[in-house]
Amino acid sequence: MLELIQAPWPWYVSGAMISLIMILMFFFGKTFGFSSNFRTICAACGAGKKAKFFDFDWKTQQWNLLFLIGSVIGGYLSANYLNNGQPLQLAESTIADLNSLGITFDGMMNPLQLFGTENLFNLQGFLTLLVGGLLVGFGSRYAGGCTSGHAITGLSNLQLPSLIAVIGFFIGGLAMTHLIFPLIF
Amino acid sequence: MSKSEAISWYRIQEMFRFQSFHMYGIIGTAVAIGVISIFFIKKYQLKDIEGKVIVIPDKEKGWKKGIFGGTIFGMGWAVTGACPGPMFVNLGQGYLAFLLIIVGATIGTYAYGVFKDKLPH
Repeated sequence: MLELIQAPWPWYVSGAMISLIMILMFFFGKTFGFSSNFRTICAACGAGKKAKFFDFDWKTQQWNLLFLIGSVIGGYLSANYLNNGQPLQLAESTIADLNSLGITFDGMMNPLQLFGTENLFNLQGFLTLLVGGLLVGFGSRYAGGCTSGHAITGLSNLQLPSLIAVIGFFIGGLAMTHLIFPLIF
Repeated sequence: MSKSEAISWYRIQEMFRFQSFHMYGIIGTAVAIGVISIFFIKKYQLKDIEGKVIVIPDKEKGWKKGIFGGTIFGMGWAVTGACPGPMFVNLGQGYLAFLLIIVGATIGTYAYGVFKDKLPH
């Protein structure tokens, strides 16, 4: 039983659990949307004095911050107690594509080449991480949500603005992957 | 998300290259179950723990913010291999570099708040 839990989980289990979280949130009178946590963090840091967008009672969003903390804990628990130590089974074609960009596949969740802590201390690594984060933060607020709010909740609720957002996500992701990566890696 | 590797940068690269069904399977399953669940929640006017009928707010109308914001988000998603949730899960897994990504995302969110009135919606 433990081996089953420690092995990677199939997509249908994960998808079902994500949906379950969304539904549980509804029954607690909330909606599933993670990126608004960044808005809350800005507001909690006093951004409400600089821009009206952050001028709201952020304490009403504490439940979502708890979810955020929970996700950190979840990551810790799964890495340390629910890991079977086997390398990630990545598609051969992806491994080959990454190799041609000069990125080695190391069998972990994220390439240490890009996400190892030493990257915080060299200019290319630092800029990649910072700018990547900037794009996600700016883009998700502009679009009014990220994958949880739009791709999962919005699409489940048959919201056209969410479909448009998801199309945007893919335009951006595909452009970056196919057009820009070969230029920067 | 950790156990299904949805937090993995590698899996996101696979997804944007259409080289595996995995990520589409995760999102597709979640949405399929979600559509059916929301249908029943609305049809039977199910109530939450406070006894109030569950109301799921509609998203704001307008296509510009979705396409422009979405595209910017997607670019960041491909670079970091993480959307907001996974940023924190990866931090829990021990990837301290995500702290910088999280700082970037917070600054990005702040920048949006400051400039939003100048952006097309």
